[in-house]
Amino acid sequence: MKKNEVPQDKSNLESANIKEMYYAVDENGEYTTELSTGWDPKTIALNNAIKDIEERTEKARQKVLQNTTSPIEYYMELHKMDIGILASYVGMWTWRVKRHFKPSVFKKLNKKTLQKYADIFEVSIEQLKDIDK
Amino acid sequence: MEINFTHKQSAHCENGVVSNLMRYNGFEVSEPMVFGIGSGLLFCYLPFLKVNHAPVVTYRALPGTIFKRFAKRTGVKIKREKFNSPQKAKARLDENLEKNNPVGLQVGVYSLVYFPEEYRFHFNAHNMVVYGKKDGRYLISDPVMEEVTSLSEKELEKVRFAKGAFAPKGHMYYPIQFPEKLELKKAIVKGIKHTCKDMTAPVPIVGVKAIRKIAKLIRKWPEKKGIKTANHYLGQIVRMQEEIGTGGGGFRYIYGAFLQEASKVLENEQLSLLSKEITQIGDLWRDFAVDASRIYKNRSATKDAYNKVADQLAIIADKEEAFFKKLKKAV
Repeated sequence: MKKNEVPQDKSNLESANIKEMYYAVDENGEYTTELSTGWDPKTIALNNAIKDIEERTEKARQKVLQNTTSPIEYYMELHKMDIGILASYVGMWTWRVKRHFKPSVFKKLNKKTLQKYADIFEVSIEQLKDIDK
Repeated sequence: MEINFTHKQSAHCENGVVSNLMRYNGFEVSEPMVFGIGSGLLFCYLPFLKVNHAPVVTYRALPGTIFKRFAKRTGVKIKREKFNSPQKAKARLDENLEKNNPVGLQVGVYSLVYFPEEYRFHFNAHNMVVYGKKDGRYLISDPVMEEVTSLSEKELEKVRFAKGAFAPKGHMYYPIQFPEKLELKKAIVKGIKHTCKDMTAPVPIVGVKAIRKIAKLIRKWPEKKGIKTANHYLGQIVRMQEEIGTGGGGFRYIYGAFLQEASKVLENEQLSLLSKEITQIGDLWRDFAVDASRIYKNRSATKDAYNKVADQLAIIADKEEAFFKKLKKAV
């Protein structure tokens, strides 16, 4: 890549005032660095990944409203987690976390366990129990 | 307190931390030099791990190994500490800052407040330097940022104790012993040989074989997984290749910069030619990203389109195989 080919596309990096550093060659063939504001192929990939998470979150929200899953699954998706990551945050086996997705099991969870989840998702227990709060 | 620390932006966080810490201790080593000596370049497919619900490929060595290899090959000693208790981790950090010793930290990105929201995923192998504490805030030199920044005690604790794959567990590291003079020549040769060995390894998930494997998988994904999932997987490969910190082209350009510098240190003209060659291969990686992005942008690609990007990867694999064989002979 030549220095003048380092992409300067619009991206969401701008909002945080970040520019990425690239290695590229100058007109004499010498390697140098150049800052980039973003690159479209990457921005599209990132936007797709975010859209995917939004879809997963919305699907989980609908499932909570239909009472086919517990709010824990919704908050997990909202925080871009999967079961493995959530399990390691709460310090439980994945099968236990999965069990807590069952609305009937979730209802019976004690305060201590609920608080653990609430702390990780940075919500109150009321919000944890009712996702619309 | 504030340590007189010079922050210099880098493409990749781990190289940058090492380069910046070395500079602080009186040794000027460039980012590409750290990357090359530490054998940072790689291609690896991790079939047992899924991140963001997609398979993982990586274009670099495991977190921490670049510094480890660099230190070993140049005769620098590093001290590493991990912690179970956040209080202890904080106390040890404060002690070091008290002693005017800037330290490297491994952190998770998800709670890193100065990153844009869209870039905050559960990725735990980011690196930064803490070089002081002022008004209760830690002074941070994050190599991928243009300027220095700061984090509150709570914010720093959160990123140091992020959970999930590669959880940092408060991981803190800093060099404690240096050689009189940095002997680069031997270290460069060792670093290059190691990378050549990895990239041509007879293992299906490492090096050029892994690139071929991914090419094969891409051909199968649309039928086996459906278009939506196939595109999601393809997007993840591109994101890993061009994510912040790669310097572009899946680290191939940083490696090109390294070979150019190495050719001067070793007075080896051939390495300069090979630098040009890996630069062209880096361009091919970027062409692959452009064509892959066309597929997942439209969301309705023909099977041909997947085969086309798979062909591109197969060509890259051939070129890299030839390249690393030549490179091995050149040193």
